[in-house]
Amino acid sequence: MSAVPAELRAEIEAHMALYPERRSAALPALEAAQRVHGWCSPEAIEQVAAVMDVTPAYLESVASFYDMLETTPVGRHSIYVCTNISCSLCGADELYETIHAAAGEDPEFNVRSFECLGACDIAPMASVEGVYVGPLTTADVPQLLDDVRAGRPVLPAKQLARRPVADPQANA
Amino acid sequence: MKLLFERIDEPGLNTLPVYEARGGYESLRKALALPPEAVLHELEASGLRGRGGAGFQMGKKVSFLPKGAMEKYLVCNADESEPGTFKDRELMQKSPHMLIEGLVIAAYAAGATRSFIYIRGEYVQQADILDAALAEARAQGYIGEDILGSGHSLSLVVHRGAGAYICGEETGLLDSLEGKRGNPRLKPPFPANQGLYQGPTLINNVETLATVPAIIRMGGEQYAKLGVETSTGTKLVSVSGHVQRPGNYEIELGISSREIIYGLAGGPPEGRKVKCWFPGGSSSPVLTGDDLDIPYDFDSLAKARSMLGSGAIIVVDESTPILDVALKVAKFYSHESCGKCTPCREGTNWTVKLLERIERGEATPMDIEIMASVQEHIIGNCLCVLGDAMAMPIGSMIAKFRDEFESHIESRRLEPVHA
Repeated sequence: MSAVPAELRAEIEAHMALYPERRSAALPALEAAQRVHGWCSPEAIEQVAAVMDVTPAYLESVASFYDMLETTPVGRHSIYVCTNISCSLCGADELYETIHAAAGEDPEFNVRSFECLGACDIAPMASVEGVYVGPLTTADVPQLLDDVRAGRPVLPAKQLARRPVADPQANA
Repeated sequence: MKLLFERIDEPGLNTLPVYEARGGYESLRKALALPPEAVLHELEASGLRGRGGAGFQMGKKVSFLPKGAMEKYLVCNADESEPGTFKDRELMQKSPHMLIEGLVIAAYAAGATRSFIYIRGEYVQQADILDAALAEARAQGYIGEDILGSGHSLSLVVHRGAGAYICGEETGLLDSLEGKRGNPRLKPPFPANQGLYQGPTLINNVETLATVPAIIRMGGEQYAKLGVETSTGTKLVSVSGHVQRPGNYEIELGISSREIIYGLAGGPPEGRKVKCWFPGGSSSPVLTGDDLDIPYDFDSLAKARSMLGSGAIIVVDESTPILDVALKVAKFYSHESCGKCTPCREGTNWTVKLLERIERGEATPMDIEIMASVQEHIIGNCLCVLGDAMAMPIGSMIAKFRDEFESHIESRRLEPVHA
């Protein structure tokens, strides 16, 4: 195992300090290591284990449980397409197929169909590197991928963060 | 009447100055001036029932925590992973201080000194907003040691999950928060006695806690006048699927379901009718277009053999075959089953296989019987309700749309077998 990068060590130790029991920091620590290594590689796991003073096997058992912790190498740009019930009623399966066909084989991308992402109000939708966008049509896909490749904000007009609440009396 | 969504889109509401300017944290001051028992009394008098899914009386839940000097925990369940549910997301994103204020008051009533918000890992923006709000609240003395000179102290950590539906189940959540795989625990012991780190733990949903400041402001009895007798107050409903205006609405409990689906959300697209709807997330038994006049409250929906659940209404119109809906739902729960209990692990898996057999045209009518019996054998036989969460809606679809399953099987059987 190579030396744990100082910043990663500091981040994991800061998480551990927040809890009465250090193991509680497992998820944030693995997430931090994944950010550094690109996935929960054996080396990433060993580095977290060294800082947290737990076994690598323990951390592997944890990492394999959670969908957002990657146990195989993946592209650095994640696109989670919600294909659960509400989104699929609005065309999510076709959307996923289109995105997958366009970028699924691209080593820069990690295209996945995902459990309900909690944004059925903008169905069908996707989480692009953590940014929720929708409602999407298959026609949005080229622009979406171009934005990611160019490092621009993805589909600004379709970002959830800008959407007012649906309830008409809430802001009356 | 808007308690949670009142002027929710006011610019900057997620920041402390704007929240304080509209009276934010006044309820906390009011609560801290009372003894904890008096705050608990207001919560009990409000009749507030948990907004996460189970609908248990919030005040009663607080009162279950043992008295005494041991360390107690409050955990806010912000995992919001029940398909169709997205109300807590909007609340946390736009009014994070309302949640923090409610959480501090609830912790005071329960005697908890350490608290956590377990937020699903996918809610990156909302977790960042909560972290920023928490830093403001801490700087202002609303969180930390000796809050506003009351002698009460509370720590709060925003803990991000990493993608697992089952972590919304309260004991799975606790294991996850302890840094483990999110496997549910055997109950009893209940979290009120042995929860996080084996200590007494109060677990509440985001919306439940965010309602607490309004209850303290109005008084519990006044709050209980809203809604109907056993379902008091207002509720956020997330409406999605085949409706023209999907989104979150704050309603007074007890209004007709038709008013929500058609009046607020606009109903299905022109010319199409409601085929079925999930009243409380994808784990609730489906109701049909004949059930639209049922009042939307806990007991009326339970009487109709369904449930209010998380308040997530998913509408399916006549354009979608019931088989597609069943398959989508079953596949999801099969994927999310943690595998600990046999009826759930095998039952969800076999339900998917049977539905796929129907889809491919390889099923016989007897397969419907087998599928119905699989659902019956899951319910009540597992540590947690994940298996039930599939068995209830699938069971209801078989009961209410049996003709459609049968005619699908029959029509596929009549198709010529190609060489």
